[in-house]
Amino acid sequence: MALLRVNPTRMELTSLKKRHKVAVRGHKLLKDKRDEMMRRFIDLVRKNKEIREQVEAELSDALGNFVLARAVMSTEVLEEAVMFPTRTVELKVSKRNIMSVDVPRIEFEEKRLEDVSPYPYGFANTSGELDSAIKTLSGLLPKLLELAEIEKTCQMLADEIEKARRRVNALEYVMIPQLEETIRYISMKLDENERSSRTRLMKVKDMIEKRNA
Amino acid sequence: MYMSKIGVIGDRDSILGFKTLGLDIFPVTEPEQAARLVHRLAKENYVVIFMTEAIAKDLGETIERYKTVPYPAIILIPGNQGSMGLGMKGIRENVEKAIGADILFGERG
Repeated sequence: MALLRVNPTRMELTSLKKRHKVAVRGHKLLKDKRDEMMRRFIDLVRKNKEIREQVEAELSDALGNFVLARAVMSTEVLEEAVMFPTRTVELKVSKRNIMSVDVPRIEFEEKRLEDVSPYPYGFANTSGELDSAIKTLSGLLPKLLELAEIEKTCQMLADEIEKARRRVNALEYVMIPQLEETIRYISMKLDENERSSRTRLMKVKDMIEKRNA
Repeated sequence: MYMSKIGVIGDRDSILGFKTLGLDIFPVTEPEQAARLVHRLAKENYVVIFMTEAIAKDLGETIERYKTVPYPAIILIPGNQGSMGLGMKGIRENVEKAIGADILFGERG
């Protein structure tokens, strides 16, 4: 491991020791953060997978029906049938904080006109498959939005975990060993200096005593 | 907290049904067109964008760009040809990115 390029002085040693302390503390904190994020992430991603499986199954179903509806109805009639929806969806969006990651929180509000069926068309010209497709779809909407929320959360959390892991590893395998080694190097050097100055003093003392004798 | 919208991007046949739910649909056929659309919707306060897998498979870069910001959330949905497994692949990639190994799908097959 490469040493840091520093002068082996006592002042440098003190500041390095301080840095080492900070690095160790930071490492511990980051490691805890990473572990907790992982724990939450695993919970979330499990749920994500479950919801996605459900959504995909039901959606394929609904779309299958839609394809059938399309097959028996002409394009114009179909387009006309869905042209004016009887309701709108409004989203309320806020942010939630998971381990200092801002993740979206989506609440939705469905606005429908009073006493209107979810089907924005008369039943005379449309096929039954369209009805069931739309019924499944409208039941699926809350789940779709839940999926959106959870999947986004997972994406952001994954990103953040990756960053935290990088930082932890950089501290653990680069910064801290480097600091430790440099501290060792400086203290050795200082000891060595002390020893050499002591022997020099002893030598000088000897010489003076010899001359005086 | 503010009001915002949901957009659906995909081929016309797949997404027409979402119109009845009150979502805004944007039929596209070309990937470039879709990419431009995504950027535009992101500017216009669309919070959730559902996108069919068939369109999304050519839009890797664009989707990647919005992965790390809170909004919009781009969510892949199967189109009318059924699921291509891209959405699941996204989840698996997340797991691998975060944990380093695929623990979620490995253990259940």
